[in-house]
Amino acid sequence: MNETGTIEHHTISLIVDNEAGVLARVIGLFSGRGYNIESLTVAEVDSESQRSRITIVTSGTRMIIEQIKAQLDRIVSVSKVADLTIEGPHVSRDIALIKVAGEGEKRVEALRLADVFRARVVDSTSCSFVFELTGQAGKIDAFIELMKDLGLVEVARTGAVALSRGATGL
Amino acid sequence: MIVRALTELGVDTIFGYPGGAVLPIYDELFKQNKIRHILVRHEQGATHAAEGYARTTGKPGVVLVTSGPGATNAVTGLTDAMLDSIPLICLTGQVARALIGNDAFQEADTVGITRPCTKHSYLVKETAKLPKIIYEAFWVAENGRPGPVVIDLPKDVQVEKAEYIRPNEAEHRTYHPQTVGEDAAIKVAIERLRKAKRPILYTGGGVINAGPEASKSLYDLAKKTNAPVTNTLMGLGAYPASDKQFLGMLGMHGTWEANHAMHDCDVMVCVGARFDDRVTGNIEQFSPGSFKIHIDIDLSSINKNVHVDLPIVGDAGVILKQLLAEWDAQNGSKTQPDLTPWWNQIERWRDRKCLSYKDQDDVIMPQKSLERLYELTKHLDPVVSTEVGQHQMWAAQFYGFDKPNRWLTSGGLGTMGYGFPAAVGAQIADPDRLVICIAGDASIQMNIQELSTAVQHNANVKIFIMNNEYMGMVRQWQDLNYDGRYSHSYSDSLPDFVKLAEAYGCTGLRVSHPDELDDTIRKMVETPGPVVVDCCVAKLENCFPMFAAGAKHTEIILSSDEIEPKDDSVIAMV
Repeated sequence: MNETGTIEHHTISLIVDNEAGVLARVIGLFSGRGYNIESLTVAEVDSESQRSRITIVTSGTRMIIEQIKAQLDRIVSVSKVADLTIEGPHVSRDIALIKVAGEGEKRVEALRLADVFRARVVDSTSCSFVFELTGQAGKIDAFIELMKDLGLVEVARTGAVALSRGATGL
Repeated sequence: MIVRALTELGVDTIFGYPGGAVLPIYDELFKQNKIRHILVRHEQGATHAAEGYARTTGKPGVVLVTSGPGATNAVTGLTDAMLDSIPLICLTGQVARALIGNDAFQEADTVGITRPCTKHSYLVKETAKLPKIIYEAFWVAENGRPGPVVIDLPKDVQVEKAEYIRPNEAEHRTYHPQTVGEDAAIKVAIERLRKAKRPILYTGGGVINAGPEASKSLYDLAKKTNAPVTNTLMGLGAYPASDKQFLGMLGMHGTWEANHAMHDCDVMVCVGARFDDRVTGNIEQFSPGSFKIHIDIDLSSINKNVHVDLPIVGDAGVILKQLLAEWDAQNGSKTQPDLTPWWNQIERWRDRKCLSYKDQDDVIMPQKSLERLYELTKHLDPVVSTEVGQHQMWAAQFYGFDKPNRWLTSGGLGTMGYGFPAAVGAQIADPDRLVICIAGDASIQMNIQELSTAVQHNANVKIFIMNNEYMGMVRQWQDLNYDGRYSHSYSDSLPDFVKLAEAYGCTGLRVSHPDELDDTIRKMVETPGPVVVDCCVAKLENCFPMFAAGAKHTEIILSSDEIEPKDDSVIAMV
């Protein structure tokens, strides 16, 4: 029954108690039950009440996605689970740092494309740049693809952070 | 602080084994007399004994073990409790805080190892937080879907002094499971059930966990609706086995009538069960025409294996009461269709007499031994535990339970070695009750050392070994799926169980002829102290009915004459 149905991608937001091991519980659930993690971000968002927010992009059939949410909700340290993909419109952003090395025409072209993508230069030497780019995953993928011909050295990126649109929150 | 918190929480018994990292707690136990400590002989035994204690009393079982090997030996029992939703508190010693992560002597990452097999776990790093954590741990273990909770206690935390602040409430800050079912769903459920021509109540361990009141409500609902009732392995006892509306256990070794009724029903009410693969068989062909209502406290159990039409999340006991009230409100008994055709059909299935077997004069048939055990002990309302294997399935088929909290078995994990320590735990909880452990010759050896525990603590468990000199269920599967190639399923070099019992200071009895069976059972019950019965049964008998794993409910085999060869891909799926 689990194998049928089309694969969907969902962005899930969790509010968790920021205590030792909470991330291991969440990740262990995914590995132990064979679910996919496409990206995962975590940071404390309220130091007073010691709450962290975890954003997970995952994929599976609708039934699997429902199961993932129910299993996450069952973790004692998880206080809220929201499926941003089905609960209405949301905004989602990655940050990427992209190092490109090159000289001459390639260097100029990299800088020009960075401008088109509204990437910021956060480090530069005479033969390299580090660009900072914020946007949806697809935009960042496209920029990285373009940099491959222009001396791409390495990439660090966060995975998605996401919030629902509108006035209400989790 | 630890012992004080446990005492305040009403703990009267701890199952444990001392070691370096828990010596401070053991020293405190020595100085008090409110909590009884049961010294086991292996930490796995402690966890199963605590499970047996929890299952019969409804209170969480408490385990105390040392760091490293003490904790790792407890892992099987914790996993067992996780799968069968048994509330346990497992206190584990840990090396001192400064040594954590240094590969210190008897150090193991207990919280890490037990994370997937516990409901929740704590590593206590601040002594002042101890009372709050212990209170919270009990709350978490008992509320929602019950389960095991580990509290890992570094040795220096056990020794350090801090002010004891008694927690006001024993709740968890954010964990608040839903217990009451939604009214709208209750309404729809009764509308469906009221119109059903072929209803069935399929109930599991969740009804037992919800307390004896829930079993009473289940009985009332069955009587009001006149629906047949089937129980899962974990749910036996929630509905009286002697009642005529009871169809017996369902599933792989369930009865012909229970499985056929599940397949043909038009409205299925599942209460506190989880559509486990041993219950459903082939999911594609599971009860194809029915409207399925699933009542469970755990949202993640719903739509996990089988798509249901109406989920109701909440406590089984609370929701059964809601259903009863709604049934009356909708005047169900007056408006429901005539169920006579459905009961006539069920009677025709019953007439197959699926549990019948060919009795013999010169050898004890395993089924016969349990029939007699049931007949000769049922008036004593005993607690019965089992190990895992053929004897377990036969016990489920042939030993009838009319009350909850009488049946202890490892359903989810299928742990050989569970039954005897669980029986010890049950006997400790209720010293005057007859507690019988039905075992196989192979599985009893997995925790046989607990005989010493039983003798020391006057846990007068009666162990009934159905000895066929095989790992019977393994051999049965080899018969069915591997052309009878008995690869390593013969119990070679078995001990003499009578002498073994005597070596531990217990009574040992042996019976191998049917004529002596009744007397031996009577003698077992009458003899004081722990008794081991070596009941030599027919060696090659297999357990039927059976549907092969992955088969549908109506493809039930009633005897070994009906076995057909299968291909490897089917065998691999099971």
